[in-house]
Amino acid sequence: MSDKIDKRDWDVHAPYIYPGYKSTAFRGPKKPLIPIKHSLSELTIPAFGHEQMQKHDNDLTKNGKVDGDPLGERIQVSGRVLDEYARPQPGILVEIWQANAAGRYIHIVDQHDAPIDPNFFGGGRCVTDEDGRYTFMSIKPGAYPWGNHHNAWRPNHIHFSLFGMSFASRLVTQMFFPGDPLLPLDPIYNASPDPEARKSLISKFSQEYSIPDFALGYEFDIILRGPTATPMEG
Amino acid sequence: MTGNKLKQTPSQTVGPYFSYGLTPEQGDYDLKSIASPNMTKEDTPGEHITLHGNIYDGNGEIIADAMIEIWQANAEGQYLDRGTAPTDDIFTGFGRCDAQIDNKFHFKTIKPGPIADGHAPHINMIVFMRGMLSHAFTRVYFDDEMNLNEQDAVFCSVPEDRRHTLIAKKDEDGHYQFDLHMQGDNETVFFDV
Repeated sequence: MSDKIDKRDWDVHAPYIYPGYKSTAFRGPKKPLIPIKHSLSELTIPAFGHEQMQKHDNDLTKNGKVDGDPLGERIQVSGRVLDEYARPQPGILVEIWQANAAGRYIHIVDQHDAPIDPNFFGGGRCVTDEDGRYTFMSIKPGAYPWGNHHNAWRPNHIHFSLFGMSFASRLVTQMFFPGDPLLPLDPIYNASPDPEARKSLISKFSQEYSIPDFALGYEFDIILRGPTATPMEG
Repeated sequence: MTGNKLKQTPSQTVGPYFSYGLTPEQGDYDLKSIASPNMTKEDTPGEHITLHGNIYDGNGEIIADAMIEIWQANAEGQYLDRGTAPTDDIFTGFGRCDAQIDNKFHFKTIKPGPIADGHAPHINMIVFMRGMLSHAFTRVYFDDEMNLNEQDAVFCSVPEDRRHTLIAKKDEDGHYQFDLHMQGDNETVFFDV
């Protein structure tokens, strides 16, 4: 359990109402949030995942295989989950989901006119190791159109969901790819008010995590709210 | 000391397509779910309850593409912490529901006990949806615990005319109903957790 946790930093998290992302207008709360004094309710959470992981849960090139390999560019995505004081967060459940190489989700509601890949599911999860590191094998997701505005396309992205050391550190976010020309046009990415924090959503190409003759590597670190560090100075 | 702090990774929307990754069994996808809306087994100690509700947008329309998570203490008022593995055999106190399946959320759980003196029984809730870039935290209190609610510091920190938005109402079938209103006169109270 955490003893105390730092506040949610509203300088980096997007506001509930963001005009560029149309659906926020009628969905985001409008009244001010009420501050809460943390109790066990906010400072606890179980360590999910350890007992529940199954073979290939973190390998999206294998967990949806039916009669062949999925199509697309194989990638290895790895990163460390840290708190704001750079302390590794071990034993954290990381869940991901994404479109296939053609930009199509397996989700029943997705009607985008792009092919489903019979050998790609697109969902997976893993638990961070002692250094807070997670690793996934996957296929680089394709861009896809959405209804926000005329000719709107989402940049290539992977959805991430993380539990931290407490209920308050819960995070759902998206990882992007370097050099994507759609990023400057994407209201979801741009809704984060802090340019530096926003850039942290873009993974870095990594030779270290590239696998020779097999897959390109991308590195994506995630910073969660962790226990407040005790100030060293008096 | 704040100078060396790393910036929190910004939240991004869960989008409309989370189901096969986060609630796969509920959506009939071929992956085992980590958490489900059915949190109890027959022999889970405590008063078995159901908690259900609709989610309304600012136009009064029902929002279906949302995911609700709840986190609560057991009947004894204890939270499962990171020291105990959340296996299938124990009540973890954590539930997750894809509202898209039935156009509403619903949980089978037990009524939590008070976590300490001066705290009313409550369920912690997180709301995720397409069209929301950062998730929203709220709490569910119970309409048959008004005495304890009125001694609860968090409940009492809410302006009196908005407290009703945090109260689940028991209907004639014994189910607790808790609707979420994202906006409007009855906008649900959301906390800066």
